Amino acid sequence: MSEKFDVIVVGAGPAGISCAYELAKAGVNVLLIERGEYPGSKNVMGGVLYRKMMEDVIPEFWKEAPLERPIVEQRFMMMDKESAVTVGYKGMEWGQEPYNNFTVLRAKFDQWFAGKAVEQGALLVNETVVLECIVENGKVVGVRTDRPDGDLYADVVVLADGVNSLLAKSLGFHKEFRPDEVALATMEIIKLDKKTIEDRFNLEENQGTTIELFGDATKGILGTGFLYTNKDTLSLGVGSLLSGLIKHKIKPYELLEYVKNHPMIRPYIAGGEPVEYLAHMIPEGGYKSMPKVAGNGVLVVGDAAQLVNAIHREGSNLAMKSGQFAAEAVLLAKERDDYSEATLNHYKTRLMSSFVGQDMKKYKDSTHHFDKFPQYFDKYIPMVNKAASQMFTVDGSSKWEKQKKIWRDVGTAGEKFKLARDAYRAWKVMK
Amino acid sequence: MSFEEYSGIWVFIEVKDGEVVLVSLELLGAGKELADKRGTELAGVLIGENVTHLAASLFEYGADTVYVYDDTIFKNYRTESYMKALLECCQKYKPEVILYGATSTGKDLASAVATDLPTGLTADSTILDIEEDTGLLLASRPAFGGNIMATILCKKYRPQMATVRPKVMKALTPEPGRKGQLIEETASIKEEDIRTKVLEIVQFTTQKVRIDEADIVVAGGKGLGSEKGFQVVHDLAETLGGAVGASRDVVEAGWVEHHHQVGQTGLTVTPKIYFAIGISGAIQHIVGMQNSGLIIAINNDPEAPIFQSSHYGIVGDAFEIVPLLIQQFKQAFNQEVVDHV
Amino acid sequence: MLHIVACIKQVPDTKIIKMNPKTNTMDRASAPAILNPYDAHAVEEAVRLKKRYGGTVSVLTMGPPPAVKAIKKCIEIGADEGYMISDRAFAGADTLATSYALTKAIEKISQIKPVDLIICGKMTIDGDTGQVGPGIARRLDMPPLTSVNKIKEINVEEGYAIVHRKLEDGYEVIQSTMPCLMSVEKEINEVPYSSMTNMLKAARYQPVIWAVADLEDVERTQLGLKGSPTIVSKVWAPTKPSGGEMLEGDAAVQTEKLLNLLLEKKELFAVKGGSAVEL
Ligand SMILES: Cc1cc2nc3c(=O)[nH]c(=O)nc-3n(C[C@H](O)[C@H](O)[C@H](O)COP(=O)(O)OP(=O)(O)OC[C@H]3O[C@@H](n4cnc5c(N)ncnc54)[C@H](O)[C@@H]3O)c2cc1C
Ligand SMILES: Cc1cc2nc3c(=O)[nH]c(=O)nc-3n(C[C@H](O)[C@H](O)[C@H](O)COP(=O)(O)OP(=O)(O)OC[C@H]3O[C@@H](n4cnc5c(N)ncnc54)[C@H](O)[C@@H]3O)c2cc1C
Ligand SMILES: Nc1ncnc2c1ncn2[C@@H]1O[C@H](COP(=O)(O)O)[C@@H](O)[C@H]1O
Repeated sequence: MSEKFDVIVVGAGPAGISCAYELAKAGVNVLLIERGEYPGSKNVMGGVLYRKMMEDVIPEFWKEAPLERPIVEQRFMMMDKESAVTVGYKGMEWGQEPYNNFTVLRAKFDQWFAGKAVEQGALLVNETVVLECIVENGKVVGVRTDRPDGDLYADVVVLADGVNSLLAKSLGFHKEFRPDEVALATMEIIKLDKKTIEDRFNLEENQGTTIELFGDATKGILGTGFLYTNKDTLSLGVGSLLSGLIKHKIKPYELLEYVKNHPMIRPYIAGGEPVEYLAHMIPEGGYKSMPKVAGNGVLVVGDAAQLVNAIHREGSNLAMKSGQFAAEAVLLAKERDDYSEATLNHYKTRLMSSFVGQDMKKYKDSTHHFDKFPQYFDKYIPMVNKAASQMFTVDGSSKWEKQKKIWRDVGTAGEKFKLARDAYRAWKVMK
Repeated sequence: MSFEEYSGIWVFIEVKDGEVVLVSLELLGAGKELADKRGTELAGVLIGENVTHLAASLFEYGADTVYVYDDTIFKNYRTESYMKALLECCQKYKPEVILYGATSTGKDLASAVATDLPTGLTADSTILDIEEDTGLLLASRPAFGGNIMATILCKKYRPQMATVRPKVMKALTPEPGRKGQLIEETASIKEEDIRTKVLEIVQFTTQKVRIDEADIVVAGGKGLGSEKGFQVVHDLAETLGGAVGASRDVVEAGWVEHHHQVGQTGLTVTPKIYFAIGISGAIQHIVGMQNSGLIIAINNDPEAPIFQSSHYGIVGDAFEIVPLLIQQFKQAFNQEVVDHV
Repeated sequence: MLHIVACIKQVPDTKIIKMNPKTNTMDRASAPAILNPYDAHAVEEAVRLKKRYGGTVSVLTMGPPPAVKAIKKCIEIGADEGYMISDRAFAGADTLATSYALTKAIEKISQIKPVDLIICGKMTIDGDTGQVGPGIARRLDMPPLTSVNKIKEINVEEGYAIVHRKLEDGYEVIQSTMPCLMSVEKEINEVPYSSMTNMLKAARYQPVIWAVADLEDVERTQLGLKGSPTIVSKVWAPTKPSGGEMLEGDAAVQTEKLLNLLLEKKELFAVKGGSAVEL
């Protein structure tokens, strides 16, 4: 006896949960299937949750969600081997309602969020792997799970199974991603006394800082690192394109070890005890790598649809938004009693005309650009560090002389031209 | 409840195949210390069929008094009959403390007696002490899978009861000819009151050395990769004439049977030599073997916690080290035998 | 038709629990709450008996509200009903008080449907005592059958059960009248991967929850901390051994050194069954 649901959502990450939440709220009979022991048990993220998109799903969620710290300061650190140039912004307005964003630990957050969807009436089944979509007459009609009597049917299946979605791939929606389309990130959660964290990061009680790391954090390989403050832990991680790791023959955990021992980072984590080690992929192919996102009886959301803005480490927000749009499309299809690609494509239209699609297009070249021109990471960041060092070192020479020397150090006229060109290009892809 | 009426340290004497089991003798040793501290007597409660003659050896192992229930009704251990006897004895003579071996019989009996009395029962103790003046038993035990130790008290009830892990306490050296008082008792229980019957007793007749009695235990862990890899453990055990032990993961993976399992949920062993091969050394395993005479760990991970608990450690590949050791051992041993001929 | 009650408990997964090295306390947050592994086998055995003889399986737990999760796990395994007693008044119970509270709940369940058999796990992995099962049996005046590793036969009409009871070096075959209580070993069965039907049933299932006030004839002084004769007075971390000597060198040198250590104890090797002496 195989049950039939209105909708089956595969994967209880931010994308799948927000989709199931919206559908259940609208009275749709929805089943959410998660392979982990519980939602979040296997999920990884550096930890910045954007308030706006979460609030679109659950207003004033911060009053009850398990959040770590609201972020009042964001820093960007351009690192060389023994130095760093840091810029940042700290604003106390971010420390009050409605806040700007928060750090979260996914194991706790996803579990809570999924609980909210269940409260709305969604059915959640954990520890179950969806092996494939059941396709009949060119339409997705259900899923096959790894459980005995595990076939289940639905009008629509929403694939929210995360980066490298095997399910979307088996439907032929995308090919195996190339190593320059995905980044591999590793991170550690480091336990540290609450008070120590606040002292070290110059924070008021229960407020947080994020630091994004560029340059030597990834040994000059294209990628970024991050150091975020949680309640009584720090999240420290690094990620770089798989292609970069392969090219430089470096293992991701070696990068993590490196950054942990970096003189700019070490003092922050000193005395901390690593309590968890996590690794995960991030889709970074951007707009050009996006798979087909709607088919007959099926939708693809979140990381599974490659919805990540690599430049601004945004993913969970795009995931949630896409989950909501998918729910909208399902409701429309239900109204019309038509679950064909033509109707479900409403999702794609909504997605692409929203900030999600706009941003995906806007930053479509960013990762590719930096990947193609490694000099940004292995040359310009050290150069900026050297320049800053020269500017700030008080040695009796005038600032004018210093500037001249810095410019001289850039090199020949040809190299100066290249620098100017690269700066212009970088500005173009990131602006 | 007036505590003054209660005195004496008691040990439930477990009998198997006509012999007193080792843990009961160990408990007489531990009980003696408590009794001396309290300035009171040590007694054994001996229940079974044709067991009265065993009292003599109990006196030699330190008992001052032995209460005997010798009757065919006690031929096999059954909760209801043994419990009835012990309860009646308890109500008549009012001991301050009763100790039981934490065996399947001891735990079963103690749990039932504690509920009926009622009183508190500390499970699986590994450390015993008593307050000289108040007689408060301080029974300490591992809990939460061996992650913590806890001291359990029973302040408001008498007798105080504890089951105690085998192989942790030390039996006294028997004092030949030492005498004591034998008190023969009869229980009021009748066969028709008992709702269980032992139909048959099946003993495993493996000629292999029993792991909790062996002088040498060679134990292997998940690090050996597979049932096939685990063969090196069997090989070394055979070469040395030892018994085979295993960590929980190995038993759960089905490479060997449960009765090889050493640790919190398996057996406690105290061989003279213990080999831990490919065993990481989780606390649950350690509690089952830490009192072994000589602990030798072989592991390819220099950070493995097992090295903390061993006397000698070898960092290396078990599949290289163990066969080499077997070979060298055979050579050396043959040489010696030849020398001696 | 058999009515079996399986007693189950939610426990922290002590395999992965972490200790706080400074305060010597357990970091409970570090260990997820799971169904006591032994109890999974108890429920599975009940489900197998149900398939063999027909009947109903109820599970019972005493615990704080999140323990509903453990009940759902049992529904996944195949239990039909779940009962939970939850009340601040139960907190701090030792095995005597635990068996008292559970007995009161079982009495109430019996009024809904008479109970023929109670199955418990051998022990929990947190309290590690194994005393609750026999405690319930005594209170309900049922024969306790502990260390059961096989249920050979159950005959409801004639009211008896035949089981194997595990011993240190074998087992005994015991016949008991019914109703009775069994504490089962892990080896009694393997818990299979649950079917989707059961998963969906569990996802939808809401157990019956009773507070003290819902139970009848309860003496409050016998509950929780008040009703517990034993007190946990002191808790400490087991002392960590400091480690011994590492035998350095290449494999041949290492084994050579080890061999010399062993030969010092060579009297141990002259044993039966050993093949050390190959002349
Ligand atoms: C190191 C790191 C740092 C990051 N930092 C940030 C950040 O600071 N801010 C931010 O917004 N984003 C960040 N991201 C990105 C963000 O984590 C993702 O974009 C987001 O989690 C995507 O949500 P999702 O629901 O699409 O996928 P996921 O969160 O990956 O969820 C997919 C779910 O599907 C389940 N699943 C997969 N396959 C199956 C199957 N076959 N059957 C059943 N279940 C299945 C998985 O177990 C999982 O629960 C970061 C990512 C990484 C790796
Ligand atoms: C270190 C240690 C050693 C022990 N040793 C022994 C021993 O030797 N002998 C012995 O008899 N007992 C002993 N116990 C107690 C025994 O383990 C208990 O019978 C049982 O395991 C519950 O213990 P707990 O500490 O989890 O109970 P607690 O957490 O104190 O709770 C007792 C019971 O009440 C429930 N409960 C707690 N709060 C609530 C609530 N708000 N609502 C509803 N229910 C609630 C719990 O789930 C539990 O079942 C020991 C306990 C510990 C911690
Ligand atoms: N709070 C509880 N609720 C239900 N059953 C329990 C509870 N505590 C213990 N049990 C049962 O008693 C067995 C032994 O428990 P313990 O004495 O704590 O080791 C467990 O495996 C359960 O079957």
